[in-house]
Amino acid sequence: MAVIPVERKPLTFAERTYIPQIIGGLRTTLKHFFAPNVTLQYPEQRPEIPKGYRGVPTLVKDPNGREKCVSCQLCEFVCPPKAIRITPGEIPDDSDNAHVEKSPQAFDIDMLRCIYCGLCQEVCPEEAIWLQNQFSMSGFTRAEMVNNKARLYELGGTLPDEHFKWDKKKTAEEHGNAH
Amino acid sequence: MFQFYFDLPLIVRLVVQAGAVILVLFPIAAACSMAERKISAWIQGRPGPNRTIAPVGGLLTPLGLAGRIPFLGPFLQQMGIFQLAADGGKFTFKEDPVPGHVNKFYFVLAPIIAMIPALTTIAVVPLGAYYAVINGQTILQPIVLANVDIGLLAVFAVSSLGVYAVILAGWASNSKYAFLGGVRASAQLVSYELAMTLSVLPAFLWMNKPGGQGTLSLFDAVQMQSGVWHGLSMASLHGMWGVFYMPVSAFIFLVALFAETNRAPFDMPESESELVAGFHTEYGAFKWSLFFLAEYCHMIIGSAVCILLFFGGWNLLPWIPLTTLIDWLSHVLPFATHPLFMGLVGIGIFVGKVFAFIFFFMWVRWTLPRFRYDQVMHLGWKKLLPLSIANLIFYTLGIALMQK
Amino acid sequence: MADLFFYTFATFTVVCAAAVVGLKNTVASALALLLCLVGVAGVFILLDAFLLAALMVFVYAGAVVALFLFIIMLLDAQGGDRKPFKKTAYVSGGIAFALLTLGVLSFWKSGAQTTGVLGSSIVPVGATLKNYGEQLFTTYLLPVQIVGFLLLIAMLGVIVLSKKFEGLEDIK
Repeated sequence: MAVIPVERKPLTFAERTYIPQIIGGLRTTLKHFFAPNVTLQYPEQRPEIPKGYRGVPTLVKDPNGREKCVSCQLCEFVCPPKAIRITPGEIPDDSDNAHVEKSPQAFDIDMLRCIYCGLCQEVCPEEAIWLQNQFSMSGFTRAEMVNNKARLYELGGTLPDEHFKWDKKKTAEEHGNAH
Repeated sequence: MFQFYFDLPLIVRLVVQAGAVILVLFPIAAACSMAERKISAWIQGRPGPNRTIAPVGGLLTPLGLAGRIPFLGPFLQQMGIFQLAADGGKFTFKEDPVPGHVNKFYFVLAPIIAMIPALTTIAVVPLGAYYAVINGQTILQPIVLANVDIGLLAVFAVSSLGVYAVILAGWASNSKYAFLGGVRASAQLVSYELAMTLSVLPAFLWMNKPGGQGTLSLFDAVQMQSGVWHGLSMASLHGMWGVFYMPVSAFIFLVALFAETNRAPFDMPESESELVAGFHTEYGAFKWSLFFLAEYCHMIIGSAVCILLFFGGWNLLPWIPLTTLIDWLSHVLPFATHPLFMGLVGIGIFVGKVFAFIFFFMWVRWTLPRFRYDQVMHLGWKKLLPLSIANLIFYTLGIALMQK
Repeated sequence: MADLFFYTFATFTVVCAAAVVGLKNTVASALALLLCLVGVAGVFILLDAFLLAALMVFVYAGAVVALFLFIIMLLDAQGGDRKPFKKTAYVSGGIAFALLTLGVLSFWKSGAQTTGVLGSSIVPVGATLKNYGEQLFTTYLLPVQIVGFLLLIAMLGVIVLSKKFEGLEDIK
C-alpha cells in the first residue's frame, strides 16, 4: 500500500494562540443562541409522518365495512419475532359475507414483541394488514400492550380500495359460482 | 427615617447587612443554575425547561400565584422559574444517602467548607457607590460590607480556600474518580493562582505609583477608572477602563478565573466524560447542590472582581462614570443624588455587568471543549505564567519611564 | 473583648498545632495545619496586621497546604496511618518545648510584656500597606534581597533537580 506523506502546514502564530478559533466558536454559538429553536413541543405539536412510515400494524376493512383478512396466517408465519397469533374461524352461514373464505376468530398482535419490520404487510395477499402512522403505543400492563382483533380494526379503519372482493365473490356465487 | 437602624449596635447592623447580601447572593447563585440550563438549551436550539408549573398546593405561595397571572405566569413558566423552585424543593427534601465506603466526617464537612469561602468573599467586594456627607464634605463612599485596605488580597486569600472543599470531597469519597478529581483540582488551583495574582499586579502598580495611595482596595481600583476625558496623562485614567490600557492582564485574569472556578474549558476536577462526575461523584441531594451553589458563588465573586479591576465597576460606560450619570440624572430627577437612589443605580449597573459576565462564562462553557489535563498544565505554567511575568515587567518599566 | 479573641485564637492555634503532630491520619493532620494557619492569621488580624493575615491565608493556607495535600494524596491515596514516633522524636520534642518555655519565661521575667496582651496603643508599622511597603524597601531591604536571592537559588535547584539529563556531559 502506498503511503503518501502529507505535509502538514505549520500553524500560524494566531492559530497557535487558539484565540481566533475561540472567537469563531463563540460567534457560532451566539448565532445559534438567537436562532429559533428546533424542538418540537411534542404533545401539542405532532411530527409530520412521512409517506411509507411503518407505525403500529393494524387490520383494515374494505369500503363496505367487511373484514379483508381471510386468516390465511401468512403474516403469523412470516413474523420474525412471532408477535402475531391468529385463530382462524369460519364465517357463519347467516352472515352477509358468508362464502368459502374464512375470517379470523381472534387476531392478536403483541406490541411488546413487534419490531415494526413490515413483513406482515408485505406478505398479506389480501392487503388486510397495514403498518399505519401511529407511532406511540403505551400501556400500564403487558396485557394492554397486546392488540386484539377489535382494537386492531379500531386502529386500522377502512382502506378505500377499489377491489370489492366480497362483492365480486357474492355476485359470482349468485351466478353459479363460475370462476 | 432610618435612624432607628443606625441606633442599633454595630455588630447587629453588620449581621443584618451581611445576611441581606447573602440572602441576595444565594438565590442569584441558585438562579444561575437555571440560567445555565436555559442558555445551554438556547445555544443548542432547544427551549430548555419550560413545562413546570406550581401544583394546586403551590398556589398558597406567592410564586405559585404568580404562575396563574396571565402573560406573566406563562412567561415565568417558559423561563423555567417554577422548575427552579421545584429543583430547590427536591434538593432539600430528597433522601440524602451517604455511601458506606466514605470517610463520613470529611464527606459531610466538604460541602459545608465549599460554602464558607463562597459566601464570605462577598464581604470585601464593593457593590456600588453613593455620595455621603462627612464633616461637611461630600465624598463618594463605597457600598461594601468591609471596606478594607487589602480588599483584593482578602478575596484571593479566602477564595483560595475553596479548593479544600474539592480536595476533601475527592479524598473523603474514597473512590478513584472522586479522588482523581480532587488531585486535579489542587494541582490546577496552585498552577493558575500564580498567573492570576501576577496579572492583577500591573493594575495596582499603576494605582500605587510613587505618590499614589498605597492600597489594594477594590473601591480605589474602580475610582481610578472613573473620571471624564481630559486628555491622556499619568495622573488619572480619565474614565478609561482597565481593560483598555492593560488588555493582556485582563485576558490572563479571565483565563485564570475560568481555571480557578473550575469552569469549562478548565473543568478538570469534574470532567464528566472522564471521571463520571469528578469530585462530587459520590454526592447527592442537598450536599451536591451545595457544591453547585458554591461554584456559582465563586463565579459571581470572580466576575465581580474582574469587573471592578478591569471593567469599570459600577460605571455605566467608559468615560461615563456613575458620578457623571447621576449628574445628568439630577437635572431630570431632583432626588438623583440621594444615597438610596444613587446606590441602587450603582448596584444595578454593577449587577448587570456581573450577569453579563456570567452569561459569558456559560457561553464559553457551551462553546469550547474541555482541555486535556496536560494541556491545562502546559497552558498554566508555560504560557500564562511567563506571559503574566512579561506583562508585569512591561508595565513596571512603562510606569517607571512615564514617571520620569 | 480583644483579649478574649486573642485567647480564643491562641488556644485554637495551639490545639490545631498539637493535632498536626498528634493525629494519626495524614490528611487530617494537613487539615489541622490549615486550621492552625487560619488561627495564626486571626492573631495577626488582632494585631492590626491585616496584610500579613491575608498573605498567611493566601500563601500558606491557600496554596502551600493545598500542595501538601496534593503530595499526600499522590504518595498515599488513603492518607493512611503513619508510623508511631521514635524515642528520639519524643526527646527532641521535649527539648524544643523546654527551650520554648524557657524563652517565653525569660521574656515574661524581663518585664517586656506587663500589660494585657493587646494593651499597647502603638500602631504597628505593618498596619497599612503603604507603611509596610516603605519599611520593606528601606529598613528591611537587605533581608528582602537575601530572601530573594535564596529563592532564586532554590528555583535554580528545582530546575536542575527536575530536569532529566541524558548523560553526565549535559550537566557540565
